[in-house]
Amino acid sequence: MDRIPILRMGEFLLVTIQVDMHDELAMRLQDDLTNAIQTKGAKGVLIDISAMEMVDSFIGRMIADISGMAQILDAKTVLVGMQPAVAITLVELGLTLPGVATALNVDRGMQLLRRSMDDGDDDASFQR
Amino acid sequence: MTAMTTLHSSGELPLKTERDIVLGRQTVRRLSQEQGFSLVDQTKIVTAASELARNALIYGGGGVLIWEVLLDGIKRGLRLTFKDEGPGIPNLELALTDGWTSGHGLGLGLSGARRLVNEFELDSAVGQGTRVTVTRWK
Ligand SMILES: Nc1ncnc2c1ncn2[C@@H]1O[C@H](COP(=O)(O)OP(=O)(O)OP(=O)(O)O)[C@@H](O)[C@H]1O
Ligand SMILES: [Mg+2]
Repeated sequence: MDRIPILRMGEFLLVTIQVDMHDELAMRLQDDLTNAIQTKGAKGVLIDISAMEMVDSFIGRMIADISGMAQILDAKTVLVGMQPAVAITLVELGLTLPGVATALNVDRGMQLLRRSMDDGDDDASFQR
Repeated sequence: MTAMTTLHSSGELPLKTERDIVLGRQTVRRLSQEQGFSLVDQTKIVTAASELARNALIYGGGGVLIWEVLLDGIKRGLRLTFKDEGPGIPNLELALTDGWTSGHGLGLGLSGARRLVNEFELDSAVGQGTRVTVTRWK
């Protein structure tokens, strides 16, 4: 069965979504990530979608669900590398991702996570 | 469709599995590229197609995607029809409301797809099925 790898980067987890995801794969990723946050005690999750040419409501819900579960497990989610055409389309689709921070790339995303950890849990940059 | 609109080419794809949704998206991407759509316009029609294909699969129990490349003077367009013989939609207005879902979705598929295209047509009959036709012009 296909699986999307979850990489550990210090106290954070990095997931790079590259394939044209089908629903089963998306569901499995959600489960794997929840387990990984718990077993590794990760404080942040970076979801790299720079290779994704499209984000629809299904993927959007998956991202929102991951972020929600991460939050319960005391980890923050940053969505990194969204292509401009995807961002424009998401706005028109009507999809907002409340509580999900975004960053230009993985480096910026890590900076954002580190800063929010230094500042404590109620960092304003994680509110939209 | 105006009297000047002509059909350049067309085809049909099944929407029976999750994989078919991926294949459908890839086909729509290729067709919109061939028509010279901008990257943003490609992304819009592909995203709309993904929403409607998933609806046909999940709610309609599977169906078909019919694609048509249209020519209208110097305009080029891509028309996509998603057809299923599922339970139909009892209340179209409600189904087209942002955020309304009968399941566990975000309720954005139909209303969002409508915003992403130039023409949108929704026909549904309870017990007979649903047909959604969308067109995006270059
Ligand atoms: N092909 C279809 N056949 C029967 N019912 C449908 C069909 N397409 C949509 N519906 C109904 O319309 C509702 C709204 O559809 P829409 O795509 O907007 O939202 P959703 O699928 O529930 O969630 P999302 O697409 O955001 O994941 C669905 O919940 C379903 O009840
Ligand atoms: Mg839907």
